[in-house]
Amino acid sequence: MAIWRNFTDLVRRFLASDVYYSFKRSPTVVVAFALTMLFMVSAAFAPWIVPHNTYEVATLNLMDAFLPPAWVQGGKLTYLLGTDDQGRDVFSTIILGARVSLLVGFASVALALTMGVALGLIAGYVGGVTDSVIMRVADVKLSFPAILIVLLIDGVARGILPRDVHDKAAVYVIVLAIGLSTWIQYARTVRGLTLVEKNKEYVQAARVIGLHPMLIMFRHVLPNVMGPVLVIGTLGLGIAVLTESTLSFLGVGVPPTEPSLGTLIRIGNNFLFSGEWWMAIFPGLFLVILVLSVNLLGDWLRDALNPKLR
Amino acid sequence: MAKPLVKVAGLSRYFDVSAPWLNRVLDGQPRLMLRAVDGIDFEINKGETLALVGESGCGKSTVARLVVGLYRPSTGSIVFDGVDMAGLGGRAEMAPIRRRLQMIFQDPYASLNPRWRVSAIVSEPIRAFNLIKDEAAIVARVGQLLRQVGLSPVDGEKYPHEFSGGQRQRISIARALSSQPEFLVCDEPTSALDVSVQAQILNLMKDLQRQLGLTYLFISHNLAVVRHIADRVGVMYLGRLAEIGPKSTVFSLPRHPYTRMLLDTIPDLDMTGRQRTPVAGEVPNPINPPSGCAFHPRCPFANDRCRSERPEPKLNDTGSITACHAVEEGRLPAGPLTAAA
Repeated sequence: MAIWRNFTDLVRRFLASDVYYSFKRSPTVVVAFALTMLFMVSAAFAPWIVPHNTYEVATLNLMDAFLPPAWVQGGKLTYLLGTDDQGRDVFSTIILGARVSLLVGFASVALALTMGVALGLIAGYVGGVTDSVIMRVADVKLSFPAILIVLLIDGVARGILPRDVHDKAAVYVIVLAIGLSTWIQYARTVRGLTLVEKNKEYVQAARVIGLHPMLIMFRHVLPNVMGPVLVIGTLGLGIAVLTESTLSFLGVGVPPTEPSLGTLIRIGNNFLFSGEWWMAIFPGLFLVILVLSVNLLGDWLRDALNPKLR
Repeated sequence: MAKPLVKVAGLSRYFDVSAPWLNRVLDGQPRLMLRAVDGIDFEINKGETLALVGESGCGKSTVARLVVGLYRPSTGSIVFDGVDMAGLGGRAEMAPIRRRLQMIFQDPYASLNPRWRVSAIVSEPIRAFNLIKDEAAIVARVGQLLRQVGLSPVDGEKYPHEFSGGQRQRISIARALSSQPEFLVCDEPTSALDVSVQAQILNLMKDLQRQLGLTYLFISHNLAVVRHIADRVGVMYLGRLAEIGPKSTVFSLPRHPYTRMLLDTIPDLDMTGRQRTPVAGEVPNPINPPSGCAFHPRCPFANDRCRSERPEPKLNDTGSITACHAVEEGRLPAGPLTAAA
């Protein structure tokens, strides 16, 4: 009852808000939002909507290998965007690949966000030595490029895990690696905002009551610093998907049995010069559109939530 | 006289404002201490209002924060109803005292969490101290509190941004009252409000004091507000109390040269056209306060003793307490500096 009231109230407030107004005003953002939603829904329900289950070996027919897209001479209508060297439908592999890519993207953003927000809150609110230690670690981390850290973690995981275990755990290793290399941004942002919020009088009022610092941090400060964090999260999703694709393209990402967009591009890359362009181009195009949409959304959200730009 | 509810003795708070350790070592700088509050004593009796006045930067707000426990005192003691708060260690030990004292803040736009509903804000102390366990009873209590401060129980559903400054300050007061405190520390509760709204809030505070037997420590820089609400007045200068006494005495028979200077600045209908002494000079830097009496660089009556020896608070024949060598020695002229009584 109370939850429902809160929900309807939230919807009402959202429809009346400046954010919704600026959303309606920009066709680019509406299109980006629609595309992102389309990708996410299709990725979420991928096993049920793909025309061909490309990883069921029994259904594959090697006679169908290297078929071009349907509208090109020699293409079959059942294979809309053509097939790869194993006779797998490219359209289906893209949707299944996007599923892995988006999964890794969301999971690593969630990890980085949780870690970064928690550490940033503690650093900002507690201050002193705790703050210095957390932020110095972040500074050291920041001086390495993210991709280097990801390669390092992935390399170490490869070294210590047996091959079959690593193949199974590859997705988690990647999530961990991307998460660990991107939490700093969240931590720095949240720390800065927390420094501002903690001196506001509503926090002092909570301290006068003698509320536990953890409660003050998470109940009072956190809701007031989450706005910018969501923006970074949206932008970070695009970057995480790209990082995962880069790793998979380099061959250190997810194993070929569980293809992501990056793996597909890497496989397609081998055939690019022998004329089978569709195997690399379509996953690449899909990746570009996906990341562009997500970034456009994040970019808009940043402007929409910034009261100075309204 | 009854035992005071709050007794502050020798209270000081120094802030370390020195550069970071490495810079200090490299540049050979000494530690810098800002003496925000530098040894003050006062008592507040049950049911009365003590107002602390002074220019900005004189340490009024720091005193407020010390008394509610937001800062720990550097030296001195704060005794609340017979318990020394500095001696209490943990959160659990502080809780029974914290319930009985609450604070009202200056900025009504920053003192309410913008993401919380008013009912959640007002009920927070009730929940924090676990005063009422039944959810329906909490709702009823919040409604009663909102009515008590002149709002409607329906307002509990709203968010703070839907209210004006004066209404927000009423919500602040409702929150402060929700744990049924005996002692309220008010840090410039009206200085961010319109003059007309100021009067409403002050009258509300006076009414509540009468109904609930509240004791107030009222921090303000506005002498007119203080005259309206206070029973006793303390005049602060650079972290020290220059003069403290009953309102009527401090306003009509001010002794300390600083008090006289402040009172001379109040506009008055009788004084129209009369030449007034402007407040001369600036408050010195509390990092490096003047030797002796902190007021001596601005005081027209300062002599060598004032420059070297810090004056101790002394009881006057009028009932006020003054820290001034000149008053003690009786070498102050009663003439032009005195405000019209």
